Amino acid sequence: MKITLSVNGEERSLDVDPRTTLLDALRDHLDMTGSKKGCDHGQCGACTMLVNGRRINSCLALAVMHEGDEVTTIEGLGEPGALSPLQKAFVRHDGYQCGYCTPGQIVSAKAMIAEFSNGWPSYVSDDLEAAPDFSEAEIKERMSGNLCRCSAYPGICAAIKDAAPEEGLNEREAAE
Amino acid sequence: MTEHLKMDEVQPRLLDETGQGAITRPMDRPEGPLKVSGRATYAAEYKAANMAFGVMVRAGITKGGYSIDESSVKDMDGFLGVWTDHMIRNSAQGMMDTNPVQLGQRVQYLGQPIAVVAAETFEQARHIANRLKVDYSPEDGDVDPETASQVDQSVALDQGDLEQAMKDAEFTVDSTYTTKPHNSAPMEPHASLAEWDGEKLTLHGSYQMLKYNKNELADSLDMDADDIRILAPYVGGGFGSKLGIAAEAVGAAVAAKALKRPVRVVMSRQNVFEMVVRRTETRQRVRLAADKDGRLTGLGHDNRQSNLPDEGFSEPVTLATHFLYGGENRRYEQEVARVHRMAAGSVRAPGEAVGMLALENAMDELAETVGIDPIDLRVRNIPEIHPESGKQYSSRSLAQCLKEGAASFGWDQRKGPKERREGEWYVGMGVAAAARTNILMESKARVTLNPDGTALVETDMTDIGTGTYAILGQIAAEMLGLDPSKVTVDLGDTDLPAGSGSGGSWGAASAGSSVFLGAKAIRAKLAERLGCEPSALRLQDGMATGGNNRRPLAELMEGPIAEEGHIEPGDMSDEMQQAGYGAHFAEVAVNSVTGEVRVRRTLSAMAAGRILNEKTAASQVHGGMIWGIGTALHEAIEHDPRTGHVVNNDLAEYHVPVHLDVPQLDVMFIEERDDHANPMQVKGIGELGLAGAGAAVTNAIYNACGVRVRDYPATPDRIFPHL
Ligand code: FES
Ligand code: FES
Repeated sequence: MKITLSVNGEERSLDVDPRTTLLDALRDHLDMTGSKKGCDHGQCGACTMLVNGRRINSCLALAVMHEGDEVTTIEGLGEPGALSPLQKAFVRHDGYQCGYCTPGQIVSAKAMIAEFSNGWPSYVSDDLEAAPDFSEAEIKERMSGNLCRCSAYPGICAAIKDAAPEEGLNEREAAE
Repeated sequence: MTEHLKMDEVQPRLLDETGQGAITRPMDRPEGPLKVSGRATYAAEYKAANMAFGVMVRAGITKGGYSIDESSVKDMDGFLGVWTDHMIRNSAQGMMDTNPVQLGQRVQYLGQPIAVVAAETFEQARHIANRLKVDYSPEDGDVDPETASQVDQSVALDQGDLEQAMKDAEFTVDSTYTTKPHNSAPMEPHASLAEWDGEKLTLHGSYQMLKYNKNELADSLDMDADDIRILAPYVGGGFGSKLGIAAEAVGAAVAAKALKRPVRVVMSRQNVFEMVVRRTETRQRVRLAADKDGRLTGLGHDNRQSNLPDEGFSEPVTLATHFLYGGENRRYEQEVARVHRMAAGSVRAPGEAVGMLALENAMDELAETVGIDPIDLRVRNIPEIHPESGKQYSSRSLAQCLKEGAASFGWDQRKGPKERREGEWYVGMGVAAAARTNILMESKARVTLNPDGTALVETDMTDIGTGTYAILGQIAAEMLGLDPSKVTVDLGDTDLPAGSGSGGSWGAASAGSSVFLGAKAIRAKLAERLGCEPSALRLQDGMATGGNNRRPLAELMEGPIAEEGHIEPGDMSDEMQQAGYGAHFAEVAVNSVTGEVRVRRTLSAMAAGRILNEKTAASQVHGGMIWGIGTALHEAIEHDPRTGHVVNNDLAEYHVPVHLDVPQLDVMFIEERDDHANPMQVKGIGELGLAGAGAAVTNAIYNACGVRVRDYPATPDRIFPHL
């Protein structure tokens, strides 16, 4: 089936099997392998992408369901020499080891900061009405869908905390 | 030219003299920008023209014969073929260097790789693999390690008379602990892209030890290893699971050869849980006999574990028990039950990861029985010489780790069970010692210094997240007087000099020493050109100084200087007991109603010789501690009692720690040099961080709430009934 996606701001047309996941469409058809496949079952978060600004596990989405959608991947956040604040902070804080879960962690963190800024509560928030504190517990709870078997969690958490102000923490989205 | 060193004697501490300041400092990983931007390419991310997609087929029975019914799928869209040739039963064990068991058309466990299918697309191949009809002739087979009919028994050592020592002792502990099987679960599933050019095979794979993997693949395929090239510049985690060649590599090679086109096979997460290796479950009995002061007079550590028939590996459960504590009467018995469950093999810190849980829990029990502090008890029992071999120890800062760690952690605030309560929660602290045998392996690397002040390091060594790119560059930079940004490191290609591979925590020391030696040979050449003794040469920031001469490198060189470094283990490995040591501290809270455990903070005080990069080394220790938390609290493979297969074969059901499970983790390094280890005085750290870590958690659970969990993992159901 023919579909068109907007990937990191660029229109991309491709012809995919209806069974092809959004993840495989990018990895195998568009040769954008920045998003990783750790489980193909929505269990690890390595494949996290932004679709219309929200984070999703792209292994659980069929490409054909996303006709016309805006997809942002790790490649769209920055590149060597022009890294985003989050990407730089991951390097500084050693928020990775093997690097395989890393794109998912970073894309997920980007969306998580936006969710937080828009007042979404989480399981560890004390109050569902009041704006939550950007605490370690909040970061960790909201990032718990992104597994890291190398267990770079301390560095990941430190990196997110460090980069959050530059990544628009507490700036509400008009489009919410 | 090759600079060769067999580590037969203590070497001078050259890295304390060089003075460039590249080493030890917490440098960012040079490959970081590629990893954080999604530009680092892992095995499944290579593509070849006209590539076909392969998927592994798993056995649906526990034991018996099988045959493939190709006609059941051959008319399906995209079908290219199905092959059973050369199938390996499970991954090769680490450093096996030859093919794993190959059974022909036989099954020995449910989930075994039995065929590979290939199709034009991944979706087609997956569908075909699911639809493929396999005819089985099932047979009965043992699947329960407790009742298995074939059990291999061995007594590793029976020194003195442990039974008598137990009778005569003032205090004793005799406890049995059990641990569940574990999976390495690296985030990158095993993947291979095979391309043939005539008789030559190129494989992009995800492997830890390429020089062995080449031979393992060659023997599996019945071909010449010289015709194989393996590339693995980035490996998405290994933790033992990628030590040996795995089924997808063989499958990809077989299919590609038959189709005369490149084939890529990626294991599904379920394949990774079944076809590679697990860590065996263990049942361990620890006996401790002590005098009135808590000094050990006897020690026994027996274990029962399991593996497939004809699988050579057994978990070295007592590795650290042999040398950590004294006591003249000692006994170790091992039983390996032969069962039809997936193969058991190396998972991070094979031996210590589970053996030290039992040993360090038993020491905690002894401390309580004797009525002394667990730190005192351990310090008191540090032996002068190896209690079995009589060898001397090389550097061993165990007492310092325990004492300095305790001071920094606030150990003096520790109370007794149920004495500290915060709301619903009991809070307690635990400690455990860490020890991991230090190993040096043969390794080669080529170092090239260019007149423009840049350098290149080349070896087939791998970086599986361990920081190899960073530290090899730092070593070369330190030795050559360059900023590390001037050094390029090329890894993971069997066309390059053969490194040690990543395993057993020896990578940094072994591959690092080969780089050190290569650079040392370059230093000798530069000294000669400058007209001074190598010992008088000082290289810093691209300037060479020595013998009243000071010149920029470029003036000393007409062209690049390339030297190969070659390290081999020698007498120092045999003569000295070498190990890294440490102490883990944990503070946990146990819910007084539900029995839920939350780790609140931890500290790991580690002594591993010279630290090559404080940042990546700390990350390794974090990783070890987090694995310790997982082992202590939730990781467990469950086998179906009827068929033996892995029931929880995915990341939703096998619970690795997630962000919210992990509290603040502190790491401190004790300043140390190990002169007997290698010419850099470093020791391995990747597994040391895991050794004993889980025991600190379970000891803290006891200190919090008075419940001794001896059956791992310490899930709430094992705690709340006893509160
Ligand atoms: S690959 Fe999508 S969640 Fe694991
Ligand atoms: S960095 Fe290896 S899995 Fe996260």
